[in-house]
Amino acid sequence: MPPPAVHAHALRKHYPGSTGPALGGFDLTVPPGTVHGLLGPNGAGKTTAVRILATLLRADSGHAEIDGIDVAARPGDVRRRIGLVGQNAAVDEVLDGQRNLVMFARLLHLSPPDARRRAAQLLERFDLTEAADRPVAGYSGGMRRRLDIAVAMILAPAVLFLDEPTTGLDPRGRAEVWSAVRALVAAGTTVLLTTQYLDEADQLAARISVLAAPRGGGGRVVAEGTPDELRARIGGDRIEVVVRRPDDLPAAAAAVSRVAGSDAEVDTDLRRVSAPVADRMAALGATLSALAEADVAAEDLAVRRPTLDEVFLHLTDRVEVDA
Amino acid sequence: MSTSTTTAPDAPPAPAAGSPLRWALADTATLTGRQLAHLRARPGELAGALGFPILLLLMFAFLLGGMMQAPGGDYRQALAPGLFTMTMLFGLSATMVGVLTDAQRGITDRFRSLPMSAGAVLAGRAVSDMVVSTFALAVLLGAALLIGWRPTAGPGSALAAVGLLLLLRFALLWVGIWLGLVVRGPGALTAVQTFEFPFAFLSGVFVAPATMPAGLGLLAEWNPLSSTAAAARELFGNPGWEGGSWVAQHALVMAVLWPVVIVAVFAPLAVRRYRRMSR
Ligand SMILES: Nc1ncnc2c1ncn2[C@@H]1O[C@H](COP(=O)(O)OP(=O)(O)OP(=O)(O)O)[C@@H](O)[C@H]1O
Ligand SMILES: [Mg+2]
Repeated sequence: MPPPAVHAHALRKHYPGSTGPALGGFDLTVPPGTVHGLLGPNGAGKTTAVRILATLLRADSGHAEIDGIDVAARPGDVRRRIGLVGQNAAVDEVLDGQRNLVMFARLLHLSPPDARRRAAQLLERFDLTEAADRPVAGYSGGMRRRLDIAVAMILAPAVLFLDEPTTGLDPRGRAEVWSAVRALVAAGTTVLLTTQYLDEADQLAARISVLAAPRGGGGRVVAEGTPDELRARIGGDRIEVVVRRPDDLPAAAAAVSRVAGSDAEVDTDLRRVSAPVADRMAALGATLSALAEADVAAEDLAVRRPTLDEVFLHLTDRVEVDA
Repeated sequence: MSTSTTTAPDAPPAPAAGSPLRWALADTATLTGRQLAHLRARPGELAGALGFPILLLLMFAFLLGGMMQAPGGDYRQALAPGLFTMTMLFGLSATMVGVLTDAQRGITDRFRSLPMSAGAVLAGRAVSDMVVSTFALAVLLGAALLIGWRPTAGPGSALAAVGLLLLLRFALLWVGIWLGLVVRGPGALTAVQTFEFPFAFLSGVFVAPATMPAGLGLLAEWNPLSSTAAAARELFGNPGWEGGSWVAQHALVMAVLWPVVIVAVFAPLAVRRYRRMSR
C-alpha cells in the first residue's frame, strides 16, 4: 500500500507570545488521489496546519509526512512534491500572468524554453490566455486565484495545498476556482483544501476534518468523515421549540430533553430549545404533550433538517462549551 | 543545457539538471530580473526615488546654502558628497518596503515553499537594489555636476569615493532586509522612514558636527554616515569640515570599517530571520 499523501500526527504549535496554542494535537491522514477538506472557523489553526505541512513552519512537537517523507527532516524533498496556494494570492502584482508563470517555472529550475512552454500550457488550462500579458494588478479575484493555482501546478505536484482558495470571491469567481480544482482532482492530484464554508468542502471534498479552537486555543480535529457522516453525527432532524416566556425555558428544556433522549440546547436570546430527534412525527406529538404537561406556552414548534452550517456550528461550538 | 525531452502535450516538463551553485546563481538572476521588471513597469516610482535627492540637492544648494558656512566658501562642494551619502541611506527604507511587501503578499512564503536556495531570494534582492542605487547615485552625480560641483582629486580617487558610497549602501541593504522581515504593518515603515531624516541630520552630512551641542556633536561624529561623507569629500577632493577628533581624522578607515561591521551584524541576522520566518 502506498503511504498516505498527507499524514500528520499530534502536531502542536504555540506561537511565541500568544495566549494558547494554535494547534493542540492535530491529526490528519489523506490517501493519495483524494480531496480532503479542512474546515474551521477563523483562528481554528487551518493556516498553521498547512504551513507546517508545507515546510514553512516548524511544529513544536508531533510528526508530519508528505508521501512518506518527513517534513521536518527533509523539507527540500517535500518541496519538490508539493504546491502551495496560500491564503493570500501569492503572485507578483506588477508582472503579467505569463511572466509570473515563467518566473516561477525558472525558480523551479525548468530550462527557459520549457518554462515558456509550460506557462503557455497552464495559461490555456486555467483559461487565462487572453489575460496573459496584462499586469496581475488588473485581474479579478477569481483570475488571480486561478493564476495562483496555475503557479502551484507548474511541476504537477503530488500534493496541492489550497488555503481558503475562495474566501473573498464572488459566486462566479468561486465557481471558476471550483472547476479548476475539480480538473486537478480528475488528473489525480491529492488536494488538501481549507475553507470556512461547508458547502465548499461538501462540493469538492471526499472527506472533511472539522477543526475547532476551543477557548484558550489549541486547534484540534473534532470530527472527521464524509459530508454525510458528519450530517448524521448530530442526528438527522432537530426539534425546535420557541417559548413565549423566558421563565419557561428550563421547563421546556427538560421536556424536550426527555422526548429527544439527549440534552437539549437552549438559546436564551431566541427563547429557543432544540435537540436532535430520530423519528420526526413521533417527536412532534410527544413534545406537544410534554409541553402541555409542564404547562409551557409554546410560540412555535417545528422539526427541521439541519443545514450543513448547523452541523459545523454544532461541532465547533460544542468544543467551546466543553473546554 | 536544456535536455529537450519529448513530452506529452500537457505533461509537466522535468526540472533541468545543474549543480546547486549554478542554480543559486540562476535563481539570483531570475529574482534580480523580477525587481528590474518592476522598475520598468513602474517608472514613476523610480522617478520619485531619483527625484527626491535631486530636490534636496537643489533646496540645500539654492535655498539654504547661502546661510551655510563651508571651508573654502563654496557650500555646494561640501554638500554634494553629503547628499550622495544621504541617498544611500534612503535606500534602506526602499529595501525594507520591498521585503515587507513580499512578505505581506505571501510571495516570500511561496519562494520559501519552492525547492530553491534561501540565499538566492536575499541575493536577488541585494543585487537588484544595488543596481538601482548605483543608477540613482549616477543620476545624482550628474545633477551635482550640473549645479557646479567639481571633484578635483582625479578619476581613480573619485571611483574609490563611489565605491565607499556603494559599500555603505550595501551595508544598509542588510539592515533594510532585516527590518523588512522583522517589522509588521505600515506603522513600522513610517517610523523607519521618519527616522531616516534625523539620523542624517545628526551627522556631518549637512553641517559640521563641531557646530552642534557637545553631546550631539560627539554622536554625529561617530555616525557611520559622517565617516562615509567625510571620506567621500576627501576622495573627491572637496573641502570638508571635519574636526580633529580620532574618528574624524580616520574617516577613510571608518568608512570601510563601519559598513563591514554593519554587514557582519545584520547579514547573519537577516539570513537567520529569513530561515526561521514563522509568521
Ligand atoms: N504569527 C503568529 N503569531 C502569533 N499568533 C498567531 C500567528 N499566526 C496565527 N496565530 C494565531 O494562531 C491561531 C490559529 O491561526 P491560523 O491562522 O492558523 O487560523 P486559521 O484557521 O487559518 O484562521 P483564518 O480562517 O482566520 O485564516 C489564531 O489564534 C491566530 O491568532
Ligand atoms: Mg488561515
